[in-house]
Amino acid sequence: MDENGKKSLAMVVMSGDFDKLTGAFIIANGAAAMGMDVTMFFTFWGLRALKKNVRTGSTFFGKMVGLMYGGGIEKSHPSKFAFGGMGRWMFNKMMKSHGVQSLSEMRDLAVQLGVSLYACQMSMDVMEIPQETFIDGVQDPVGVGFFLLKAQNADIQLFI
Amino acid sequence: MSDETKVDLELDLKGLLCPLPMVKVSQNINNVPVGGIIRAVATDPGAMADIPAWAQSTGNEVVSADKQGSEFVFLVKRVK
Repeated sequence: MDENGKKSLAMVVMSGDFDKLTGAFIIANGAAAMGMDVTMFFTFWGLRALKKNVRTGSTFFGKMVGLMYGGGIEKSHPSKFAFGGMGRWMFNKMMKSHGVQSLSEMRDLAVQLGVSLYACQMSMDVMEIPQETFIDGVQDPVGVGFFLLKAQNADIQLFI
Repeated sequence: MSDETKVDLELDLKGLLCPLPMVKVSQNINNVPVGGIIRAVATDPGAMADIPAWAQSTGNEVVSADKQGSEFVFLVKRVK
């Protein structure tokens, strides 16, 4: 239960994989629809889920990360069947033909439903991904202490 | 009996997959008055489990959930 007496869900999103992000946003949007307060804490590879389609990095290694792992949520690959981009194309086609939303539509819906999206400050520093590369609707960065307090008070905790 | 129920809002959820049927009902429940009824028609079989779970979680009521051919017809009552 959170401070408003609502049930709540606290989720760590470590993965930047297409399939895992799909699962994370479906659960988050479902929970928000069921009247729960939802916190998503994005860390490491998960940061891509919050990004606009831009290059990042200031140092040599940071630019390497930006080059190899640049772009936004629409650039994420499935954890299996990646095939250098073929897998993403195939799954996007399959999901569309079955009437499932795209990942970026799911993320927009999450913002619309009031899901709280937080990025991990430490990951942002290490990966050289600043707040201004995130979409609108992302909260200011936080640390693990903030997440743990949310998780302590949450009815459901998930790690994806 | 469900034919006699006054419907305040019709929702077409055909073709939508999880979690959208539940999301759409939730987004529209405040568009009917307390005690009002939404009639929602879905084609996703998963909605038969999800809409009642949504109602239980949010404190609303599923008056009926009927399979009619390939469609699932819900009468959802706003309780609060």
